[in-house]
Amino acid sequence: MPVTDVVKDPANLTLTLTAQFDAPVERVWQVWADPRQLERWWGPPTYPATVVDHNLAVGGATSYFMTSPQGDKYNGWWRVRTVDAPHSLEFEEGFADGEGNPSPDMPVTVMRVTLAAQDGGTRMEVVSTFADTAAMERLMAMGMDEGLTASVGQIDPLLG
Amino acid sequence: MFHALADGTRRDIVAVVLVGERSVSELADRYPMSFAAVQKHVAVLERAGLVTKERRGREQRVRGRAEALREAHRLLDQLELGWRARVDRIDDLLAETAEPPTEPPTEPREGA
Repeated sequence: MPVTDVVKDPANLTLTLTAQFDAPVERVWQVWADPRQLERWWGPPTYPATVVDHNLAVGGATSYFMTSPQGDKYNGWWRVRTVDAPHSLEFEEGFADGEGNPSPDMPVTVMRVTLAAQDGGTRMEVVSTFADTAAMERLMAMGMDEGLTASVGQIDPLLG
Repeated sequence: MFHALADGTRRDIVAVVLVGERSVSELADRYPMSFAAVQKHVAVLERAGLVTKERRGREQRVRGRAEALREAHRLLDQLELGWRARVDRIDDLLAETAEPPTEPPTEPREGA
């Protein structure tokens, strides 16, 4: 199992997940940095992501949309806070309106990604922090939890 | 490091005020930091919706919101599932490019 550790800290609205991959750090960095690779895993197969802009520089922005099975589009954005390729990346992420502008009333999550060489592969740590419980509730109310988790135990790549 | 210490303090504050209401001064006595620093942590928790603060006379009484904490637990569980699925997809993507394409197995698929 690639996931090696999960720490949930409800008092700080923070999830820390650690995974181990059998690939070098530079290769794992590419799945974040290359928009074509990012869209292969960011959204679940039922809500595939299409990355429109992707700029992993400090202050740089990413815009993307996810398409629901009914064809509805959900726009999302990232704003890069810090980056040290291929080792770390910190960004804010949230939802956007139809023009791709951040929606002020929608939740913003801060994500901190760290990649480090370990045991001949790469250890990836992702720390996600929500601003407030209300923001988390809005996110879940949108059904994004369903969208995010739809693929758990569902898709066998051989059948896809 | 500072961030981790702050996280630990806030975890502790939440645990304490869930068991029983405390004033900010009482909380400040528990930690080796200034009253203002503790007040700041309480303000972060209040903004996050995890505690409520009420002025009573000269005191500010802090109380934990158990239902908000339960909700946070539930939402973090959901977020965990989402990230586990993402990690699985990354793992698949990495496996795909790690080796040259091979012939698919010739044995018939079971249950197809």
